Amino acid sequence: MYVHDEFDRAFLADRVADFRDQVARRLSGALTEEEFKPLRLMNGVYLQLHAYMLRICIPYGTLSSDQMRALGHVARRYDRGYGHFTTRQNIQFNWIRLDELPDAMADLAAAGLHGIQTSGNCIRNTTTDQWAGATPEEIEDPRLYAEIIRQWSTLHPEFTFLPRKFKIAITAAKHDRAAIRVHDIGLRLHRRDGETGFEVIVGGGLGRTPFIGKTIRDFLPKADLLSYLEAILRVYNSGGRRDNIYKARIKIQVHEVGTEEFSRRVEAEWAEIRDGALRLDDAAFAAIADRFQTPDFAPLADRPADLTDALADPAFARWHANAVAVHKAPGHAIVTLSLKPVGKPPGDATADQMDAIADLADRFAYGEIRVAHEQNLTFPHVRQKDLPELWRELDALGLATPNVGLISDIIACPGLDYCALANTRSIPLAQRLSERFADPARIADIGRMHINISGCINACGHHHVGHIGILGVEKKDQEFYQITLGGKANHKARLGELLGPAVGEDEVVEVVERIVDTYLALRAGPAESFIAVVQRLGVEPFKERAYAAG
Amino acid sequence: MPLVKQGAVVPDPFARVADDAALPEGPALVPLARLLADGLPEGRNAPLGVLVPNAADVALLAPFIGQLAVIVLDFPKFRDGRAYSQARLLRERFGFSGELRAAGNVLRDQVLLMVRCGFDAFEVAKADDIPGFTHALAAYSLVYQPTGDGRRTIGDARRAARGA
Ligand code: SF4
Repeated sequence: MYVHDEFDRAFLADRVADFRDQVARRLSGALTEEEFKPLRLMNGVYLQLHAYMLRICIPYGTLSSDQMRALGHVARRYDRGYGHFTTRQNIQFNWIRLDELPDAMADLAAAGLHGIQTSGNCIRNTTTDQWAGATPEEIEDPRLYAEIIRQWSTLHPEFTFLPRKFKIAITAAKHDRAAIRVHDIGLRLHRRDGETGFEVIVGGGLGRTPFIGKTIRDFLPKADLLSYLEAILRVYNSGGRRDNIYKARIKIQVHEVGTEEFSRRVEAEWAEIRDGALRLDDAAFAAIADRFQTPDFAPLADRPADLTDALADPAFARWHANAVAVHKAPGHAIVTLSLKPVGKPPGDATADQMDAIADLADRFAYGEIRVAHEQNLTFPHVRQKDLPELWRELDALGLATPNVGLISDIIACPGLDYCALANTRSIPLAQRLSERFADPARIADIGRMHINISGCINACGHHHVGHIGILGVEKKDQEFYQITLGGKANHKARLGELLGPAVGEDEVVEVVERIVDTYLALRAGPAESFIAVVQRLGVEPFKERAYAAG
Repeated sequence: MPLVKQGAVVPDPFARVADDAALPEGPALVPLARLLADGLPEGRNAPLGVLVPNAADVALLAPFIGQLAVIVLDFPKFRDGRAYSQARLLRERFGFSGELRAAGNVLRDQVLLMVRCGFDAFEVAKADDIPGFTHALAAYSLVYQPTGDGRRTIGDARRAARGA
């Protein structure tokens, strides 16, 4: 992973001092709340329903074990003993006091962590594949480029007050785990004639007006990455709408001016700057690549006896089939830690769990941890022979629920429990659904299934791209949920289709269960996934049965 | 509103002139629309500046760049960041070397961003902010991205460290 050098550290120290000064001026009254707001937002501090919330940036989802310990420390010292991992590969603390924020930030900075640009109308944390650097599918490690983008976008003077927030995602694997087609900019690393470059996709996004992004350039040479991004951002900063916050994302600009015209403007701007100071030469790549520490993978064989022996245990075998994926280095594996135990809030981890995870990462995973946008954690590099022992340890910590990618691996936004904008609760619904679908054999039989829950139209739970999407709406002061079917966030991204009228809070679990039963009845066989059945038959057959009473 | 240049309050000799008012003898600022409609006034020696709305395409100023003493860009709200792009284009693409002035909701916490985009004069919204300007400009010893301000970037520092 990328290790900060003296310059990154100096910058972060300046940043902490700057924020300490801003908090002091707010507490003294020199800054009004209105003036303070964008400053605290730039540092990841929100004012929520009950308290200040601090969102910590985890650059492209990569954490060292020491950084995980620092998060545990902040959870324990400044919060109520837990934190919440988000769909943006970040972590949020929900109960921090304003006067303690600068200290919490200083403690985090000591571990190279911060909240810079985790909110506000600026370029946010660039996200990527949680399997980057580990999966055999990728053509290169995309984190190098994510880090280059992180540095370029940090406190970018021109793009700190954009019309709206701006999110970039990047992938280098065929299977897109970073959901690049629903980001403001999506970058797909690929090769052409032996050269590495990017497909550039703009204007994707969820929220009130969901759009799948449009490709404006098939191949951008990697040397031009930053100048091209700067051109896109400049076209957006100058021309994006500012009259209505719901129309201010770049997706609306792209939609209103048309993909062709938008692309023409970007290309014209880019022509002016492509040979300028942002051009990335080999030395620029090398300077950053050198700061990435990659493990020296021991020369090991696949499927060692320790592993194959343990597979005789059905509980281990079930977890292994569910949570373990193929690694590029023989004898190694990628392991997903489920943060979706039955009946618990999705994505939460306690301070004790964080410490324990850090220790396990040191023992078994070369000290490296990833946050996945599905709100789970990943150990990207584990020796296969260690899997049985790792499983026992994870199981004892409640982190080995074999539900990764299955129906109870639910993505849920914070909803009415924390969020001031919410119509409905999301977390308790996720908890009830996971209790309904608690039987490991049953959920394995149901197979691949993503449920996404958002507590309002802002879609932080990405309900549009859930196989089953659940959106909280308010009707006559009551909590209702709208259900969509058939959404997908991967390389074949599409938006879900509305099932029918919204259902009451007391019925929604039943309705989901009837949708699942309908799928089980209609599938051609266990190999046909839920999403495939929805694509084959449409939502109609589900609609007929989902609402049938009794 | 006090005008700040190089950290100090300075007198502002420029008079703002409305669309149809007669030009005064001394230094004057005219709206962009007037400049575009009438062109540069002939036979005037006093310096002229222009007030540019933040939705305008600054390429329109290209024909006048060498003759303008001041260009005033507007921040109707500090959260509206269009003038940052206008400023960089004026400095870095059109080569404007006169006074580039930020007007409107100009606050201490944005002044570093403004300087990095090429501003060198500020009509400050709150006089209390002025003592903090110097501090704000010195808050970061290094920056990550290159702009026309020529500040040393972290990339430059790394290159130097590697070369050494
Ligand atoms: S979707 Fe709505 S309720 Fe949920 S976190 Fe986002 S803004 Fe809040």
